[in-house]
Amino acid sequence: MTEVSVAKEDVAATGELVVLKSVNKHFGALHVLQDIDLTIARGEVVVVIGPSGSGKSTLCRTINRLETIDSGTIAIDGRPLPEEGKELARLRADVGMVFQSFNLFAHKTVLENVTLGQIKVRKVEKKKAEEKARSLLDRVGVGAQADKYPAQLSGGQQQRVAIARALAMDPKVMLFDEPTSALDPEMINEVLEVMQQLARDGMTMIVVTHEMGFARSAANRVVFMADGRIVEQAAPDQFFSNPRSDRAKDFLSKILHH
Amino acid sequence: MFDFLEDYDLLGAFWTTVQLAVLSAVGSLIWGTLLAAMRVGPVPLMRGFGTAYVNIVRNIPLTVIILFTSLGLNQSLGITLGASDFETINFRLAVLGLILYTSAFVCEALRSGINTVPVGQAEAARAIGLSFGQVLSLVVLPQAFRSSVVPLANVLIALIKNTTVAAAIGVAEAALLMKEMIENEAQLLLISAVIAFGFVVLTLPTGLILGWVGKKVAVKR
Repeated sequence: MTEVSVAKEDVAATGELVVLKSVNKHFGALHVLQDIDLTIARGEVVVVIGPSGSGKSTLCRTINRLETIDSGTIAIDGRPLPEEGKELARLRADVGMVFQSFNLFAHKTVLENVTLGQIKVRKVEKKKAEEKARSLLDRVGVGAQADKYPAQLSGGQQQRVAIARALAMDPKVMLFDEPTSALDPEMINEVLEVMQQLARDGMTMIVVTHEMGFARSAANRVVFMADGRIVEQAAPDQFFSNPRSDRAKDFLSKILHH
Repeated sequence: MFDFLEDYDLLGAFWTTVQLAVLSAVGSLIWGTLLAAMRVGPVPLMRGFGTAYVNIVRNIPLTVIILFTSLGLNQSLGITLGASDFETINFRLAVLGLILYTSAFVCEALRSGINTVPVGQAEAARAIGLSFGQVLSLVVLPQAFRSSVVPLANVLIALIKNTTVAAAIGVAEAALLMKEMIENEAQLLLISAVIAFGFVVLTLPTGLILGWVGKKVAVKR
């Protein structure tokens, strides 16, 4: 993917792609995000882990403003997140998002799912959009399913189409909100492999996941969240072998030793 | 036994009924869709207007609305809807009244369809950078229409029968002809049966066909 390698070269110029500063959010009385400060560099792969209800998904969703925040600032590529409207739509086009429940457009074919954004948002010609869609679908290994509807595909295939749909917009950063949590165990790897390839190609990625294997092998940094706060962040080797906080030790002891 | 029918233009009257129904159906589908868009939209003023419109209009008897178009709009305010002869004016007023009334029900049928579309569909559409209008017109409404075909068929059937109210302002449709025949002829049971049969011929296939279409276009999830 040429776009990504170009993006990688600008790292020296402006290193910071996503910057969150003292972000706070409440759901009613629940303080889901508490003074979150997080900076993600261009080309970096950050994995966010933590117990359920710790605010990981909410954090991920605030970055393209699917969730609004109560205070603090979020900037992408140096520009603060706009309010609702045309500006926000433009920004969202640059931020790819992959959901836990795939959310492929149910009334459109796989191919149409991947061309819709290109045609309607990027104003790409239909023919060119289809060419690009087919090559992306081939890349994630579902090229043969292009003319089917999402309901005819397995979960793993649907999620790979969803990744292709996001990539079709040439995003600067990709958000993954528990991309494998709704999948049958035997389909998890096919999705993780696509994500690993993407990480190797230099895509900036923020991944909320419970897949510790992926965190170890693909992440540059692990961010551990609990109770709405970032408790600890470190390189994966260091985090998994030698966590500093008690909260992280406790969490890891529960998930790693079975 | 059916000899007396030869003195009346039964087909012509039902043709007027069909015209009333088709024009009102198209109009109320458009206006009802706009109302539904307002009711799910982000602008509070439009949401308020949509909600108020539906709750007021669907609770007024259709007869009152149709009479209002004639007595209020035409006779008091002089609105003629671009027609000059009495017959055309009344026909257009009746269509307007039927649209104003039926669109409230179209809006609610569509809104129930919108509620069957999972939130994730709209979120995914927003996430690739589609604007609110595009999210609605490209992703949410196409799916909503597919799951509202059957409730919309109910609205259409009700509309076809409701066209009889246009008789109140003298539109020469089936019900007005029935009134005329009842005044002139003795076969009262037969007259009612013929008119009822005419309506069943219009509504029964509508329901059956749209029921089949509804199954055919249903979105598989």
